[in-house]
Amino acid sequence: MNKIPNRQVICDTLLELAKDDRDIMVLASDSRGSAAMAPFANTFPEQFVEVGIAEQNIVGMSAGLAHSGKKPFVTSPACFLSMRSIEQVKVDIAYSRTNVKLIGISGGVSYGALGMSHHSVQDIAVARAIPGLAIVLPADRHETKKLTEALVKYDGGVYVRIGRNPVEDVYETDDYPFEIGKAITVREGKDVTIIGVGETVRIALDAAKALNDEGISARVINMHTIKPLDEEAIITAARETGRIITVEEHSIYGGLGAAVAEIVVQNHPVPMRVLGIPDEPAIAGKSAEVFHHYGITGDNIKQIAFELINK
Amino acid sequence: MEIQELKVKAAQIRMDLLTIIHRAKTGHTGGSLSNTDILTALYYEIMNVDPSNPKWDDRDRFIASKGHSVESLWCILADRGFFPKEELETYSQFGTRLIGHPNNKVPGIEMNTGALGHGLPISVGMALAAKRDDRPYRVFCLMGDGEQAEGSNWEAAMAGSHYKLDNLIGIIDRNRLQISGSTEEVMGLEPLEEKWTAFGWNVVSINGNNMEELLKAFRSVPEVAGKPTLIMANTTKGKGVSFAENVPAWHHHVPNDKELELALTELKATIEELTQKGQVH
Ligand SMILES: Cc1ncc(C[n+]2csc(CCOP(=O)(O)OP(=O)(O)O)c2C)c(N)n1
Repeated sequence: MNKIPNRQVICDTLLELAKDDRDIMVLASDSRGSAAMAPFANTFPEQFVEVGIAEQNIVGMSAGLAHSGKKPFVTSPACFLSMRSIEQVKVDIAYSRTNVKLIGISGGVSYGALGMSHHSVQDIAVARAIPGLAIVLPADRHETKKLTEALVKYDGGVYVRIGRNPVEDVYETDDYPFEIGKAITVREGKDVTIIGVGETVRIALDAAKALNDEGISARVINMHTIKPLDEEAIITAARETGRIITVEEHSIYGGLGAAVAEIVVQNHPVPMRVLGIPDEPAIAGKSAEVFHHYGITGDNIKQIAFELINK
Repeated sequence: MEIQELKVKAAQIRMDLLTIIHRAKTGHTGGSLSNTDILTALYYEIMNVDPSNPKWDDRDRFIASKGHSVESLWCILADRGFFPKEELETYSQFGTRLIGHPNNKVPGIEMNTGALGHGLPISVGMALAAKRDDRPYRVFCLMGDGEQAEGSNWEAAMAGSHYKLDNLIGIIDRNRLQISGSTEEVMGLEPLEEKWTAFGWNVVSINGNNMEELLKAFRSVPEVAGKPTLIMANTTKGKGVSFAENVPAWHHHVPNDKELELALTELKATIEELTQKGQVH
């Protein structure tokens, strides 16, 4: 089992890249520990900025740094970064087209028992509504490394959301092409497509394997980039497999499921199910308990696939 | 309550909060220990609240803006009878209402907090409503010092003095630490008292772990008619547990079995000493 959380992968990768790129900067809001960025702060103090507990300021400052040629990476809990500072994101990053990377840490229900103030399950909905802001959720440590490298080269605003704990690998190696905006089919299949994002890709994959034992062939798509969305991959899946299930660690409103549904109904309507957190303050508990409570599990996806296929 | 009794109470609350954090294996230990004396003074002596009627119209309001330090609050509310003490065992467990931040499913909690920098604006609204309706209640808002970096506090500070809210009492748990280290290194705040004074507040500076000073300060508000009061409560993060005092890691460090035992032994000794001195029974 993998022991490295994605936040640590981001730090390790930036430590590598920052050696040759003095413009890479990391900002934190009393969050360098939770973001696993303390090694970066210690190694490159000149490329690190602490703003204290001030999420509006961290985004405004990063926009100013970017305007002056820096490549700022803002690391702050996803719940606050995506909400507290959203106007700064809209105006100072998206509208003004500044090159800022927002890294939302401990997203979804990572902060399980801390309650709704600390859950980040509306962030994708909010970020999607902002023109020009890319949204990426890496599936595992390999993808997180590739994403971080891509982010340094990408010119523009990006919202990245990662969880708190290490996640099981989706990929055996990082020997595959990764491109922001291009979905990855991690398993071929023809009866149904399960689309996951971030840490739910692994769950989708588990469901597909279980379905295979029952004679059902499920395609699994890793939609790591929710915006710009890979519409072609969705339309092809609708056409070729006729049924789609989306699964996400996010409200059922405005996230991956909604984004996929918009494409499906307008291009190739097929039966679809959206699996996520219902419209309520998520129950308190450990991530796994919360996932289980809401049926964000391989077993439940399997069940839904049966229902869709028998329709 | 007698002053010695309050001190004993605070030590008992510290024992309770360490116990629930240890059991749940999660919690914000340092900040909860630092504000225990403040909460003890408020809930056992200063505030007009009624556990059997928690929504009574004229009750004083308490807002825990530094919501992460909820454990001291849960233990005090349980001890005062807002909910059964056994429920403390559910703290942070699956499906509990005693989560890691104040939430108003629990009797005695006014508002849900946890995102820093929300408490004071809410409190200004409550205090303003009391003024407009000519009601006698007061609003107490406890903030962290690291929390002062959120701009929303200063917007509320302006409004509080603009509306002459002398029924509003802001308290800063000035323990000089936040998560990443000392407040003055992370984001310097000094001169903090002067800032609040400049925003139109009457500032009272005390030792926030000293029960006598706390009671004196709380009993004399408002000192100045037409001005909100800011009590700068200088405290020690991790107060009462020698090895946790002033150690940044104890912000959310959870005591292991041995640390819990050691801490409880220290606090028991504190209680014994107080009991002998004051003949508290
Ligand atoms: C808006 C917001 N940003 C960040 C956090 C995460 N956080 C929780 S506690 C804390 C440090 C608080 O420090 P301080 O206010 O000094 O409280 P204390 O030391 O008394 O615990 C931080 C950054 C939060 N709860 N809310």
